[in-house]
Amino acid sequence: MAERKLRVMVGKPGLDGHDRGAKIIARAFRDAGFEVIYTGLHQTPEQIVAAAIQEDVDCVGLSILSGAHNTLLPRICELFREKQADDIIIFGGGVIPDDDIPGLKAAGLKEVFTPGTSTEDIVKWVKDNVPPRA
Amino acid sequence: MGEGQRPSPGLRKQCCLRERRTMALAEKILTGDIRSAARLMRDIDDGFRSAVDELKILYPHTGKAFIIGITGPPGAGKSTLVDQITAAYRRRGKTVGIVAIDPTSPFTGGAILGDRIRMNRHADDPGVFIRSLATRGHLGGLSRSTGDVVNVLDAMGMDVVIVETVGVGQDEIDIVSMAHTTTVVMVPGLGDDIQAIKAGILEIGDVFVVNKADRADADRTVRELATMLEMNPDRGKGWQPKVLKTEASRNRGIEELVDEFESHRVYLHDSGAIHHLLEEKNAKQFLEILRERLFSEVFSHIEVNGRFREIVAGMMTREKDPYSAVEEIVAERLRTGS
Repeated sequence: MAERKLRVMVGKPGLDGHDRGAKIIARAFRDAGFEVIYTGLHQTPEQIVAAAIQEDVDCVGLSILSGAHNTLLPRICELFREKQADDIIIFGGGVIPDDDIPGLKAAGLKEVFTPGTSTEDIVKWVKDNVPPRA
Repeated sequence: MGEGQRPSPGLRKQCCLRERRTMALAEKILTGDIRSAARLMRDIDDGFRSAVDELKILYPHTGKAFIIGITGPPGAGKSTLVDQITAAYRRRGKTVGIVAIDPTSPFTGGAILGDRIRMNRHADDPGVFIRSLATRGHLGGLSRSTGDVVNVLDAMGMDVVIVETVGVGQDEIDIVSMAHTTTVVMVPGLGDDIQAIKAGILEIGDVFVVNKADRADADRTVRELATMLEMNPDRGKGWQPKVLKTEASRNRGIEELVDEFESHRVYLHDSGAIHHLLEEKNAKQFLEILRERLFSEVFSHIEVNGRFREIVAGMMTREKDPYSAVEEIVAERLRTGS
């Protein structure tokens, strides 16, 4: 009877209003059999972290196209650590220059997906890298 | 017992750890730990047996929250309404727990839980806890886990718990036995007045809301609902449901709606109707747990010993009929099981 279902949150931090990508990813996760919590646009780091904890998700995918990724994404990682919730895996995607990726990974993002990545690849990455809670 | 059958020290340690973890979750929840509450909700939803032990500890701490159900068709504005009701209760100094349910895909088992989009401004308010649940195949407008998740929020000390059902059609009425006050949200233009005299969700409301009341035919929808309520055979006895107009996205009509919830709450207590309501609710909850537990005990037994497959195969050739098979199994289990 007992069976873990993977719970994923798709978050849109910051001020850009482009959520087509986030919605497509959310749909791909749904089709992969995950439960997907979508936060909607314009979320603060605090809102995203609080929501992820209340929903007990296994991972959070952050979609960002505003260019503010070097500020917002490390801030979110830091808040997860502050709340002792850094067991939740964080990954990101969006228009992010290659040069910024090492810094983001050092800040706590496990992976960063750039334009052109297929949804299949992202779903596969989640399946390979995010174990559902024990 | 041979050497190999003795449980290894590692295994024994694991058991102890699990037990300690079990004790810790419920106790931490009672001291206000958010993470533990979220974890327990997950264990409940995923059907972990350990969750039952936690719920045993929490049960004596439940029964204090005022539970409001919000139901209605998809797109009626339920989530936006929940968001505004939450804001209104926060202004009145009350803490609010929210359980929002969305459907699971029958094909992939996945779900998009999007109710939070309308309410996430409350996410970092420590006086609000929002949990999204997927139906996971359960019919009736709620998930199987909803009642237990509401109990966790109740034990956490939330003053008000709002349960938002999936977008329902006509017959998904589980919410009635979950909530103290059931709210049916309608919008203008969904159908003619014959829809309003059909049986089903229109019979269950303690409060009726016509949302998106800025639309042209809102008054007609209000009239139709009011006419339907006037024809109720119990008219004049007990609580008289009203039809209220709201525009949730503009925060119009919300204070009046919350006042109406509070009037209903007062009515339940003053009239003694709460006693009957809780009796029904408790009986239903007990029967559900009993049904689920009995089924899982019996089913896991016949699945493991191969009877289940035998019976299904026997039905294929018509050598076995399902009625006798069930009678045999029930008789056997009643004899052997204690």
